[in-house]
Amino acid sequence: MKMNLKRMIALILCVVICGALFSSCGAADSDSTTIRIGGIGPLTGSNAQYGNAVKNAAELAVKEINEAGGINGVKLSFNMQDDESDTEKAVNAYNALKDWGMQISLGCVTTDPCKAIVPSTAEDNIFLLTPSASSEDILKDNDNCFQVCFTDPNQGTASAQYIAEHKLAQKIAVIYDNSNSYSTGIFNNFAKEAEAQGLEIVASEAFTADKKTDFSVQVSKAKSSGADLLFLPIYYTEASLILKECDAQGYTPTVFGCDGLDGLLSVENFDTSLAEGVILLTPFAADATDEATQKFVKAYKDAYDGETPNQFAADAYDAIYAIKAALEQSGRTVGTTAADSTGENDADLINGSTSASDICEAMKTGITKIQFDGVTGEGMTWDKNGAVSKEPKAMKIVDGAYTAM
Amino acid sequence: MSLLFSSHPLLKIFGRFKNKGQKQNGDLSLFCAQVSPGFDLQGVCILEFITYLIRGISLGSVYAIIALGYTMVYGIAKMLNFAHGDIIMIGGYVAFTVMTTLALPSYLAVIAAILFCTLLGVAIERIAYKPLRGATPLAVLITAIGMSYFLQNIALLIFGSDPKMFTSVVPLESVRFYYDGSGLLGVKAFWTGAADPVLPDKLQNADVLTISGVMIVTILVSVAIMIALMVFIKKSKTGRAMLAVSEDKGAAQLMGVNVNKTIAITFAIGSALAAVAGVLLCSAYPTLTPYTGSMPGIKAFVAAVFGGIGSIPGAMVGGILLGIIEIFSTAYISSQLADAIVFSVLIIVLLVKPTGILGKKISEKV
Amino acid sequence: MLKLNMKKTTRQSLVTYAIVIIAFVVFQLLSSFGALSNLIEGQLVNLCLYAILAVSLNLVVGISGELSLGHAGFMCIGAFTSAFFSKICTDTIGNDFLRFLIAMVIGTFFAALVGFLIAIPVLRLRGDYLAIVTLAFGQIIMTLINSMYVGIDKNGLHISFSSESALHLEPGTSPIINGSQGITGTPSIDSDYRFFVSILFLLLTLAVSYHFINSRTGRAVMSIRDNRIAAESVGLNVTKYKILTFTIASAFAGLAGAIFSHNIPTLVATTKNFGYDKSIMILVFVVLGGIGSVRGSMIAAALLTLLPELLRSLTFLPDGIRTFVSENRMLIYAVILIVVMIFSNSPRFVEIRARLKAFFRRGTKKEAV
Repeated sequence: MKMNLKRMIALILCVVICGALFSSCGAADSDSTTIRIGGIGPLTGSNAQYGNAVKNAAELAVKEINEAGGINGVKLSFNMQDDESDTEKAVNAYNALKDWGMQISLGCVTTDPCKAIVPSTAEDNIFLLTPSASSEDILKDNDNCFQVCFTDPNQGTASAQYIAEHKLAQKIAVIYDNSNSYSTGIFNNFAKEAEAQGLEIVASEAFTADKKTDFSVQVSKAKSSGADLLFLPIYYTEASLILKECDAQGYTPTVFGCDGLDGLLSVENFDTSLAEGVILLTPFAADATDEATQKFVKAYKDAYDGETPNQFAADAYDAIYAIKAALEQSGRTVGTTAADSTGENDADLINGSTSASDICEAMKTGITKIQFDGVTGEGMTWDKNGAVSKEPKAMKIVDGAYTAM
Repeated sequence: MSLLFSSHPLLKIFGRFKNKGQKQNGDLSLFCAQVSPGFDLQGVCILEFITYLIRGISLGSVYAIIALGYTMVYGIAKMLNFAHGDIIMIGGYVAFTVMTTLALPSYLAVIAAILFCTLLGVAIERIAYKPLRGATPLAVLITAIGMSYFLQNIALLIFGSDPKMFTSVVPLESVRFYYDGSGLLGVKAFWTGAADPVLPDKLQNADVLTISGVMIVTILVSVAIMIALMVFIKKSKTGRAMLAVSEDKGAAQLMGVNVNKTIAITFAIGSALAAVAGVLLCSAYPTLTPYTGSMPGIKAFVAAVFGGIGSIPGAMVGGILLGIIEIFSTAYISSQLADAIVFSVLIIVLLVKPTGILGKKISEKV
Repeated sequence: MLKLNMKKTTRQSLVTYAIVIIAFVVFQLLSSFGALSNLIEGQLVNLCLYAILAVSLNLVVGISGELSLGHAGFMCIGAFTSAFFSKICTDTIGNDFLRFLIAMVIGTFFAALVGFLIAIPVLRLRGDYLAIVTLAFGQIIMTLINSMYVGIDKNGLHISFSSESALHLEPGTSPIINGSQGITGTPSIDSDYRFFVSILFLLLTLAVSYHFINSRTGRAVMSIRDNRIAAESVGLNVTKYKILTFTIASAFAGLAGAIFSHNIPTLVATTKNFGYDKSIMILVFVVLGGIGSVRGSMIAAALLTLLPELLRSLTFLPDGIRTFVSENRMLIYAVILIVVMIFSNSPRFVEIRARLKAFFRRGTKKEAV
């Protein structure tokens, strides 16, 4: 009986392995008119909403660029692989994308998986621009990795400074996700800066990924600590539950959060009146009135059944356009259209047959020279380390809409 | 004295509590304990203690309902149905769809969820578990794990990964108890959608103890279910058939019990309970994702073993104790380590009493 | 011939070693010709470590007959102790290989130690109670490590369970185990050698397993599995043998964890890495490979580790189907799991298969006559 079973599995796997082996060969004769961008993120598993937002937005941006004629005639194609927010799976996904012939990487959506692939991208010299993996570690010891989002320390410090500057509160309670490096990263830096600013953290309550549905205890303790500001360096799903719990317990502090809170208003079936008065430091708000944001939000809603894009989507959308801008800046995509092709500098051109490493070299300098206006900020620039410089905007939720403060 | 107590956080909870300069409520402030730096203890007082206790019982009641399903299936089919937790999640999604997408009233949603899960449970038993009757228990266990992955991923395919906010099926928002130093002043019920009741002057400044409606309903429902199940098993013919099958399948068959039918009914009841648990769980903790059921499923499994697997009152006791321990350790010791503490207590209990709190001692035959 | 001079058990183990060595040679050749896709190349070390995990869990589940759902917990211990060692000795031990080997030994040792300590009280329990307690231990280990902050500065070792700032490290020193952010940048050996080293460790695991199973001790353990009371009555010390098996299995899980931690840039104690999910996954390997079969566990581990990853890139399929398969890998994996379990274990199918086999055998015999 065991034999038969083994034979069955073996048979299935033979087919599959052959496929995988072929796939590596397939990449070699790739289409020279298309640059391949690969993204990795949780499309299944408990963080799937973040990965899917990035996937949707990146695909949207690629489609728009291609419909507008590509980058001087060079088209883009995008492939998103699932990592289930797992470090090991992320490495596999990265390798699968290399087999596909990825030339530019969007990195991973979440922080830990991204940290896991960074050394490989540095070794392979593949340009990496992550939309949302915000840890500082991603930029350390390499020159090929860049971020669209703020780094965690930046957010933690900025939040504490903002609170102190605007005298929002003296006594602060924090609820953070102890099993998530985004959240602990912000919290640690927030705590340091809060001390420096003379703010008092009267309660710091943690939860873990396995226990992120019941916040009754954390909220009770924040309430009884007498804090008048609740700092939530977490993602919006948990925040929506915390707000609901605060309401149930009749606790009405000022709620302050970082970019993870964006998306709060679009949680399906969430009573947005609970989010009234929430302040968040975020580069993006779906309800902002500027033209770029409105255009993006409309296109996204049209493409994906009226779903409202969140900050992950916005970061990914910007990442693709920033890649486009950096490619254009390098000046080496010109000439791939028939009219321009004089055949002189063909070796210098960037297109689908350029090696990832060559593109990476061009992008590394390209991206530091651009000044990019996206939906998550105007005049974004990158330094050599890979950190972005853009203005964090403080948003306040008023009448169920984000309003700039 | 107080120095001695302040040296150890656990002692402090049980020791003489002292007020830590907080505005507290009348006589009750006597019971207020002090903060200990190591374990992040904040001011603890009797009011909070009661609130945590009720929350613990309510969370535990949900575990208990799930554990009842686990225990029944285990007792009769002798298998650990790892997919049980995911039936909870399916129940949640069905109720959500009926309520939000079809905009039907909540009682219909509950009925739909129960019906759907009952059918689903029977179908799963028929397709995946029945062919394996007589195979090694491990093979059944792995199939159940496969079924759990299957349900999660089917839900992911149909409903997507975005969490859904579940609207509570309980129209009672909360019950508030008003009191001051002299005693209870009044009780008011708050209904969802209705205007808040007008508070008389004497209640305006009184202290409040809020208990949410879902918690009350959860506790009542779980007690009702347990009693109903016990009566059903003791009194009805089917129930006695279940007992017989769980004692000895072969002998039961010889006595004219239809074993297949009995097992199918057990799965039907277990899955119906899972649906109830799903609706209550999502009402209390209102996010719904394809993975909503897996952790409560594991916890309920722990609860079932804790109370003595196969025993219905055991599942109830195990579930409620687990809930209380979980909430208390989150509140009083450490929110990070709560799970570790829950599991440690389980291990200690099992080491002292190897078949769980109410488990039967099985004598071994050669 | 050769066959005649060998015991059946020896032949069996030699075949298994041969499979491993052939697989190694084939992969090495393919890799040196550049014919191996990056995906598979990146999986090679994982294949070995999952095979080690499956083979070691097989000792507990298959040979000793106890259901353990906490195997990943021991892997976690091995991973963190070894990575911790490598981190603090980055400068003191200059030789990568030496440091790597000592780290492996340390990971193995600590996992074995914890396994031993846990086994003493736990193995008094039976069946599902044992399963739940091992699951609980696995979760406890993972939760503790996930909320543990450890750092070293010139004042010595600092440990905290609350936050990084509670460590009060000297400015400029960063913690080694940083709670949920885990251990980053564990120094390891060059990635080109890792596969070779892991294959050696796999062979070591196989050798120990085979030797154990075919030894006097192994037979004693199996007799306890088959009939505990009978075994007891002939004077076997049940507790001793069970603890021994459990400790050996934990040791190898620790070894696998040590390899794991030295093959990944960031080590975090998430449920995905070391929780019950992982333990169950290893159990699936063991059961699918045939409970009690060393070779089966190994092969099932290797194939099932590859399967979901390979479903990512089936280029020969048309685009639409490929996207569907790639996006619903786990769904397909689940269906395959259920179908395989039913077909291979259902009494009815087993009977049908036996009848078919008999039928064909008769057919071929007739032809032969």
